[in-house]
Amino acid sequence: MKNALQHLLRPGVSLFILLTLVTGAFYPLAVTSVVSQLFPEEASGSLVSRDGTEIGSRLIGQNFSDPRYFWGRPSATAPQPNNATASGGSNLGPLNPALVDAVQGRVAALKAADPENDRPIPVDLVTASGSGLDPHISPAAADWQVQRVAKARGLTVERVRALVEKNTEGRQWGVFGEPRVNVLALNLALDATR
Amino acid sequence: MSNHAWILLGLFLLVLFVAAKPLGTYIAYVMEGRFRAGGKIEGPLYRVCGIRHDEEMGWLAYAFALLLFNLLGLLAVYGLQRLQVYLPLNPQGFPNVSPDSSFNTAISFVANTNWQGYGGESTMSYLTQMLGLTVQNFLSAATGIVVVIALIRGFARHSVKTVGNAWVDLTRVTLYVLLPLSFICAVLLCSQGVIQNFDAYKDVMTLDVTHYDAPRLGADGQALKDALGAVLTDPAQTQTQTLAMGPVASQEAIKMLGTNGGGFFNANSAHPYENPTPFSNFIEMLAIFLIPCALCFAFGKMVGDRRQGWAILAAMTVLFVALAGAAMTFEQQPNPLLTPLGVDASGGSMEGKETRFGIADSGLFAAVTTSASCGAVNSMHDSYSPLGGMVPLVAMQLGEVVFGGTGTGLYGMLAFAILAVFVAGLMVGRTPEYLGKKIEAHEMKMTSLAILVTPLLVLIGTAISVMLADGRAGVANPGAHGFSEILYAFTSAANNNGSAFAGLSANTPYYNVMLGLAMWFGRFGVIVPVLAMAGSLAAKKRIGVGVGTLPTHGPLFVVLLIGTVLLVGLLNYVPALALGPVIEHLLLWSGQ
Repeated sequence: MKNALQHLLRPGVSLFILLTLVTGAFYPLAVTSVVSQLFPEEASGSLVSRDGTEIGSRLIGQNFSDPRYFWGRPSATAPQPNNATASGGSNLGPLNPALVDAVQGRVAALKAADPENDRPIPVDLVTASGSGLDPHISPAAADWQVQRVAKARGLTVERVRALVEKNTEGRQWGVFGEPRVNVLALNLALDATR
Repeated sequence: MSNHAWILLGLFLLVLFVAAKPLGTYIAYVMEGRFRAGGKIEGPLYRVCGIRHDEEMGWLAYAFALLLFNLLGLLAVYGLQRLQVYLPLNPQGFPNVSPDSSFNTAISFVANTNWQGYGGESTMSYLTQMLGLTVQNFLSAATGIVVVIALIRGFARHSVKTVGNAWVDLTRVTLYVLLPLSFICAVLLCSQGVIQNFDAYKDVMTLDVTHYDAPRLGADGQALKDALGAVLTDPAQTQTQTLAMGPVASQEAIKMLGTNGGGFFNANSAHPYENPTPFSNFIEMLAIFLIPCALCFAFGKMVGDRRQGWAILAAMTVLFVALAGAAMTFEQQPNPLLTPLGVDASGGSMEGKETRFGIADSGLFAAVTTSASCGAVNSMHDSYSPLGGMVPLVAMQLGEVVFGGTGTGLYGMLAFAILAVFVAGLMVGRTPEYLGKKIEAHEMKMTSLAILVTPLLVLIGTAISVMLADGRAGVANPGAHGFSEILYAFTSAANNNGSAFAGLSANTPYYNVMLGLAMWFGRFGVIVPVLAMAGSLAAKKRIGVGVGTLPTHGPLFVVLLIGTVLLVGLLNYVPALALGPVIEHLLLWSGQ
């Protein structure tokens, strides 16, 4: 038995070290060097700049609470919403009273910012996303907010609706995922509209 | 189910089979040692390591070799976490991880579970992620594959004492199968926006100001609490968002291909930097099933009868379509508690889901990741509707044999196939046989062990935890859902899945140790009996097909196999499921 173990020990240890170097060092470095050539923007985080300052990533949702902006998905990260160093969802179960409370609070905030709007609110606008960093809302959730944003900015509803449409993506190649609006891109487009 | 959901499911299966078939042939080719060009790399490598590559091992030596190899992995991952503050590539200066959490994570990644008690972006240095976690993503997947290859050899060979050389098998599967596939997958993911860099976390200036309640910290850096235990907060505001960075794509690729599932970030594949677009989501789902599916084809080829592989694959596919359909259907139902609040809930159960994936792409992902023992999540299962959340639970409780993990799925399913021919043999009073090998007492003992270890671990672990204060302390949701959280944790750990009803606070010494043990024994408590069976099968003579032989490649056998999986796999759990998701479903829809 002892002999058998010794027989295994040297191959085991040396193979472990070798494969560790190949898969843990060589492989990630090889991927890094290839994608930094092929997809430099994506590899470094799809960052967005305005007037020379980095103002976010088009993939990472930001928190909006000003009526002049479209609001994104609620975020359950702590301590602040859309905390990109502590991603995660609320993990509230469907029957949990805390979920009902949270949704009630979000409904109240949306209604307070737009008291005339009595349409039912699309569910994605009042439920927290899985990552807490969801950059998108559904076209219905954007549509629900159009009047508020138009009024707060003194723009016509048609103008704002056109911007929403411009920033709406359909299903990827017609088959994957859901139609969606990138909130940061839309709000940047709004800010650029004087 | 919507049209979109049906199209997505159909397209997924189509692309999967088209990609897996040639890969299966390739895996068989590589594992049979016919990839001669590899000799130039392997020759020197074996010489350096002192591996006698032409010397095969009996099952016991093979099992010892794998155990030794995995123990080394355990030490490495534990050590890297405990020492990361002294090591390079730690731009955020994360401190060393606690002993119990390191223990849990080390077992978790070695056992191909990748349960995560920690949040990646706030705990692990880049070095730990790469040299510890990425490496185990490869090596634990390789371990699973070589075990099933040894079992297949048990069927394919006859009258011999050996099942292969563990070192040679591990080397070949890592270098020729996992590495090239991962590389391609990583580049594809990166094209969609998955990040891959070694930068420090990036501060950006957001458009709007964020107002929030910041916890008031004491002198020790811990949050202060009032007399009732509620955290004290102060109003705060910020216009800075800090973006977590890292070498994500390289880890993401093998996380999926190796059915590992441990995310670089806490939110796993829901995080836009891990899974930025619906197409990256599709690639990730394909990557999860690719090798488990290809192994069915490799199995057919290696035992010399491709129809045997098709039969296993057919049984898996039928079970999977049922699970996926259920998940996508239940999640589309509105939550009846939200409608009265002025919400248009027709969009389905969107709590914990991402807009770009919606219901169909999330439900399908949940079925894929839990049918396979991957455990990556693109939506938070804890917030699923009661029956929608039961789908992942059931998928795992079947024993991770519906495609299952890399290797583990196929050897689990082959154990069920042996059980199925045994049951059929009992019915007609004949000695059961499978693929020309008589199934006798020793094989049945090993099969029973392999099938019963995980339900025992799950049910006993859950029972102990609901009885102990330490176990109940972790529960986040009240009522039946809290019980489901504990049941899910042990189901996931013992079946080496790694997904969670993540509300459970499992990063405590109690859960780190209990779940660590469940993962270890759920892994090696199955691998050892499977290898023992491989050894005894290889030693048997092959018997010819007679008039009384049950054909194991036709629809009759597929139905028998599905029935066996459902009866044996699921019946153990029916009482526990009734206490959790079933009660919750009844409460939700009765308006309680």
